Amino acid sequence: MKRSLAVAIALAATIPATALAHKAWMMPSQTVIAGTNPWITVDAAVSNDLFYFNHVPLRTEGLAITAPDGSTVEAQNLATGKYRTVFDVELKQQGTYRIATVNKGLMVRWEGADGKPGGLRGAKPEDLATKVPKDAKNLQVSQSIGRIETFVTNGSPNDTALKSSGEGLELVPVTHPNDLFAGEAAKFRMLVDGKPAAGLEFEITRGGTRYRNAQEEIKVTTDASGEFSVTWPEAGMYWLETGTQDDKTSVPQAKQRRLSYVVTLEVLPQ
Amino acid sequence: MSKIAVHTTLTIALSGLLATPAYAATLDINVEIPKLNVAEYHRPYVAIWIEGADQKVAANLSVWYQQTSNAEGHGTKWLPDMRQWWRKSGRSLKVPVDGVTGPTKPVGKHALSFTDKQPQLAKLAPGEYTLVVEAAREVGGRELLKIPFSWPAKKPAQTGKAQGSTELGAVTLAVKP
Repeated sequence: MKRSLAVAIALAATIPATALAHKAWMMPSQTVIAGTNPWITVDAAVSNDLFYFNHVPLRTEGLAITAPDGSTVEAQNLATGKYRTVFDVELKQQGTYRIATVNKGLMVRWEGADGKPGGLRGAKPEDLATKVPKDAKNLQVSQSIGRIETFVTNGSPNDTALKSSGEGLELVPVTHPNDLFAGEAAKFRMLVDGKPAAGLEFEITRGGTRYRNAQEEIKVTTDASGEFSVTWPEAGMYWLETGTQDDKTSVPQAKQRRLSYVVTLEVLPQ
Repeated sequence: MSKIAVHTTLTIALSGLLATPAYAATLDINVEIPKLNVAEYHRPYVAIWIEGADQKVAANLSVWYQQTSNAEGHGTKWLPDMRQWWRKSGRSLKVPVDGVTGPTKPVGKHALSFTDKQPQLAKLAPGEYTLVVEAAREVGGRELLKIPFSWPAKKPAQTGKAQGSTELGAVTLAVKP
């Protein structure tokens, strides 16, 4: 009993509380666009440096592109290479597109009848009945919802695609995410399951980390109304990440839920 | 008899000359596109507008952009390069706009004149304004110049000047009552 408890604690400790060791991101070729039938291309990768592809590509099975009218758009020319996934988006409508990868899954661990540990990653709720041995002991189930997204505006910005889905960690604009300029303060609100989330810690890092000696990350925390403000020191692509844990799982066997949120925002010069 | 007729005709003709145009206030602007020594030269996109004390666009005066499409796309594709104009007005404007938009212009001094009877100025409320000129050049840079002025035009005529250093030359403004 004591030994398995120790194992359980050790396993729980390996699930980090907030940020992943590497940075996952999607970076659009540009976020403010115009013209007749414009396109953009998006790079998606997991790396340590921003915004360099030097580790693994981002898996985009949960990719969802929402058009300015709320409808779904398919990515085109999607390809996964050694270090990045690339895809194009055709912007047929005027307004703001939301490009997001949402990964939902269960992390399952158990001890088999022979004492050997077993597990599943990114599992679905039905897998608990079908993929876990009937004689498994000390079943540990945790749930995770991770959202990685960015926004692109063709012409004049709008808010339809930015509406909260009501699940997981999400950002909703106070300042529109494609209306960002160096030296100006931008304000955003964070929601968890559609409700304002206070006390979320953000790490905000400007791209180009290879060409300077420090990360120069900006740290902010959401206030009681779930809002945070950031004054952009200079123009560039910025990576913002936050995460949290709670017990509001949707699967009864899961005791813990891990939520994470990453957004890439482009800040233009004045 | 004929002498009287001649006099009448002359009077009518003279009063025609003295009618409305001479009493209209005008905004006379001159924008210089400088000669640049570069390997690949493209005429700049230029936006000229008036903004109020709230820094919102009160009127678009003139926007010069590539009217035709080429292998790289339609000219409207690069309108957002005029960053401030795009965010303050361009992105919610449907171009072309009669009397406002037009083709790009060559190197040289370009004179524009607007009277207070024209749509851009006819509804301009009294107050402090800024004339803004923003230029963006393909494979080049971007420059923005401002000249403040008061409206309506009062005696003596106001003049203002701003000097660009890269994408714009001299920009002058004369507000004549």
